[in-house]
Amino acid sequence: MEKIFFPPESLYDVPTHYCPGCGHGIAHRLVAEIIDQLGIREKTIGIAPVGCAVIAYDYWKFDCSEAAHGRALAVATAIKRVRPQNIVFTYQGDGDLAAIGTNETIHAANRGENLTVIFINNAVYGMTGGQMAPTTLLGQKTSTTLDGRDRQKHGYPLKISEMLALLPGVHYIERVSLHSPQEVLKAKSAIRQAFENQINNAGFSLVEILSPCPTCWGLSPKESLDWIRDHMQKEFPLGRIK
Amino acid sequence: MAKIIINQDKCKGCLLCVSFCPKGLIKKSGKLNKRGLSYVEFDSRGKCIGCGQCAVICPDCCIEIYK
Ligand SMILES: Cc1ncc(C[n+]2csc(CCOP(=O)(O)OP(=O)(O)O)c2C)c(N)n1
Ligand code: SF4
Ligand code: SF4
Ligand code: SF4
Ligand SMILES: [Mg+2]
Repeated sequence: MEKIFFPPESLYDVPTHYCPGCGHGIAHRLVAEIIDQLGIREKTIGIAPVGCAVIAYDYWKFDCSEAAHGRALAVATAIKRVRPQNIVFTYQGDGDLAAIGTNETIHAANRGENLTVIFINNAVYGMTGGQMAPTTLLGQKTSTTLDGRDRQKHGYPLKISEMLALLPGVHYIERVSLHSPQEVLKAKSAIRQAFENQINNAGFSLVEILSPCPTCWGLSPKESLDWIRDHMQKEFPLGRIK
Repeated sequence: MAKIIINQDKCKGCLLCVSFCPKGLIKKSGKLNKRGLSYVEFDSRGKCIGCGQCAVICPDCCIEIYK
């Protein structure tokens, strides 16, 4: 018998600290698979965020740096400018990229930095206990919106991918989801595209991934995938944005 | 014919593979692994088609497929 599916070389074969059913694990594997397929493990540098994925570097078998909360794209800009021969990517949550790091995100995109961004949108601040994020849906209950997000008190879910797409420096943006095996495979293609763009010096590329957080959503892992399918992707439509 | 091997030490019992296997070949084992998590088992008597759905959705990269 031939082995047709196995863990990627770029991922350490260790248990992770993530909750059962957490989307970060799937996204980590997809990034590692693409780095293997493109044969770029020796020259890739990842920037880990602050958030549940803060120790992503314990799981990826290539060079990584940590950045202060929200500052991943500033750190990535510096590394890529000093070492343009390396492939540099950031991996950031929605709190990291679209709240505390909004400034860094918008300016790195507007400068058209030749970087790849993996943006994990799970509609909450996972690490700190499930508080409202800019991406929290209207009506969604979180630990800081006990009666659900209310547009008058908390504003609307922030569509930062659509906002970034307006900037001339941005080359590629796609929104994908992890709610079924079919969608996971589409997410993998988008991640591949975003890395190939950097290899071809095409400029700023971002993949937004709708990702389950069963713990903070108070749902089972399968119910969380169904919630993305039935609710989250209505607010955050899937597909190529730019 | 195909088969899968589940890394029971890494499995967290999220049951996503169970939900997506079109042949219903993955089940709770009723046992706990070293980390105290309830892992799943593959029914090797069933007809696995090697479709990959279980491995693609597994958040913990526990599943290898042989065909
Ligand atoms: C400067 C600073 N402010 C606040 C925090 C607290 N903090 C840690 S993680 C986090 C939010 C993480 O949410 P997100 O980026 O969505 O990642 P997730 O855990 O959901 O993957 C916050 C506010 C911090 N570590 N540093
Ligand atoms: S809190 Fe949410 S995002 Fe963080 S590890 Fe658990 S499921 Fe994943
Ligand atoms: S490869 Fe397909 S048929 Fe075989 S166990 Fe996995 S999901 Fe089921
Ligand atoms: S999807 Fe992976 S972690 Fe979840 S129950 Fe199946 S083998 Fe275990
Ligand atoms: Mg988040």
